Amino acid sequence: MIDRRSKLRRFAEIEIPALLLVAVALAPYAWMVLTSIKPTVEIARFPVVYWPDAPTLSHYADLFARTTFPQNLADSLVVAVSACALGLGISVPAAYAFSRFGFAGRRFLMTQFLTINMFPIVLMIIPLFVAFRSLGLLDTVLGVVLGHATFAIPFAIWMLTSYLNGIPRELDEAAMVDGASRLATIRLILLPLAAPGIVSTGIYIFVASWNEYLFAMMLSGQNVRTVTVALQLFIGEYTIQWGLLTAGGTLVALPVTVLFLFVQRHLVGGLTAGAVKA
Amino acid sequence: MIVRPSTPYLFLAPALIATAAIVLYPVASTLWMSLNDYVLYRPHDIRFVGFGNFARLAADEVFWISLWNSFVWVGLAVGLQFALGLGAALLLNESFYWRSLARAAIVIPWALPSVIIGLMFTWVYDYNLGVLNDLLMRLGFIDGPVAWLARPDSALLAVVAALVWQGFPFFAVVILAGLQAIPADLHEAAEIDGASRWQRFRHVVWPGLAGVILTALLLRTIWVANSLDVILVMTGGGPGYATHTLPLYAFLRAYSGMEFGYGSSLAVVLTLFLMAIAAVYVRRTMREAFR
Repeated sequence: MIDRRSKLRRFAEIEIPALLLVAVALAPYAWMVLTSIKPTVEIARFPVVYWPDAPTLSHYADLFARTTFPQNLADSLVVAVSACALGLGISVPAAYAFSRFGFAGRRFLMTQFLTINMFPIVLMIIPLFVAFRSLGLLDTVLGVVLGHATFAIPFAIWMLTSYLNGIPRELDEAAMVDGASRLATIRLILLPLAAPGIVSTGIYIFVASWNEYLFAMMLSGQNVRTVTVALQLFIGEYTIQWGLLTAGGTLVALPVTVLFLFVQRHLVGGLTAGAVKA
Repeated sequence: MIVRPSTPYLFLAPALIATAAIVLYPVASTLWMSLNDYVLYRPHDIRFVGFGNFARLAADEVFWISLWNSFVWVGLAVGLQFALGLGAALLLNESFYWRSLARAAIVIPWALPSVIIGLMFTWVYDYNLGVLNDLLMRLGFIDGPVAWLARPDSALLAVVAALVWQGFPFFAVVILAGLQAIPADLHEAAEIDGASRWQRFRHVVWPGLAGVILTALLLRTIWVANSLDVILVMTGGGPGYATHTLPLYAFLRAYSGMEFGYGSSLAVVLTLFLMAIAAVYVRRTMREAFR
């Protein structure tokens, strides 16, 4: 009897609030997805129709047939994958240096990488715009990727350094004592062990780049236009077409939601070490 | 083992060169531009004005409005994100059978792009068809629809609400990790000693969490103070100057107004404010990293 009462109490004190919390966390997202599958006549009705009477995928079909959205998705994918590759390619060696060597300026440089990650974007974006214009990098994939590298590199260096610090030095020292070269040791011992950390960091850069708006908006144009910039333009262009907008929003949100759920467990340590902008 | 002294610098070289080019150069350039009168469409007429832009700024009413809004924006958004995140973490630290599902679900807002957040909340707040007005009217809280984003008294709060929704999972995840690091036998000992739930929170949980929370608050304050994309997407700074914050104002002057000199001086002022907070954060993190 007592057991049942305390169980009931637990249900009221813990599970009901938790249910409310989850509802709050998911409601706007769910509302966007629901709107995207409603026919336009139902979207335009007030009082609001909550559950679609005649669900439809027509907004998604329109999005692909009538707008630049497929191209924008491709652009976002190319930019995010490139940002990921560039960010990791530069950060893995740097993190290796910070984790495995003691050298003059180590602490100073680590502080610098932590500090520049907190610089406001507005502090950098205008000179980058001016410089990229004269270098012909505006409206190119490389231009946007370099913009995203401003936050990807410092973040990745910190996250990877803390990951590498968790791998005992004795392992690579033993390999080098046995006669393996430094690069062979990195390739055969360290990189396989660090793979989970590198993958998480890479996914994080991918998500941050995919989600980013300001750099993408300033540094891109007609040739390269990522999904976040395109959707924002749609808001201006198709003011009343909420079906189209929410369909686009759903498609943009879906891949990052999945990826993020994948890595969120690994994020905490890196997040509190390296700052995050996205 | 013998290490050539140049080896670590070779590994660091790409990172150093890249950040010098894409971070340090633009920052130095902004600092320099803030001392000049530089308007993009007059590229041959750049005049050095010393601290002239900063003097102009002190007399600029919109600067003061934006600064005040920034304080409101950061205070409310970070405060509420923290409160909701702490509540969520304490709740999700209890055991119930669908806990891991709930933990995964509440992280979702954090994953979404700001543009999508802006989009979905603009739709929720919509004057004619928005679900918020519909719900509040059905429940009898309001008689007619409210133009949440078009009214000067509600626009900033409406955008803050969107940002709170986006940001509370960060606090929840970080605090939850902190909670899990508190040894279970401390809880048990307190419980055996007859400590109430509040006493356990006050004397067992809180001391263990304080450090994590301070770090998270500092980090989030910097992030929220810098962020302007949600506001840009939802209101563009309006109505009037009701949702102008400092980074947004700097961006609008530089981007729409093409006044690179003046926009830069606004960005520099923002940075000075932030670097005070960033310094505390950096010192704490470095101490942690070099323990």
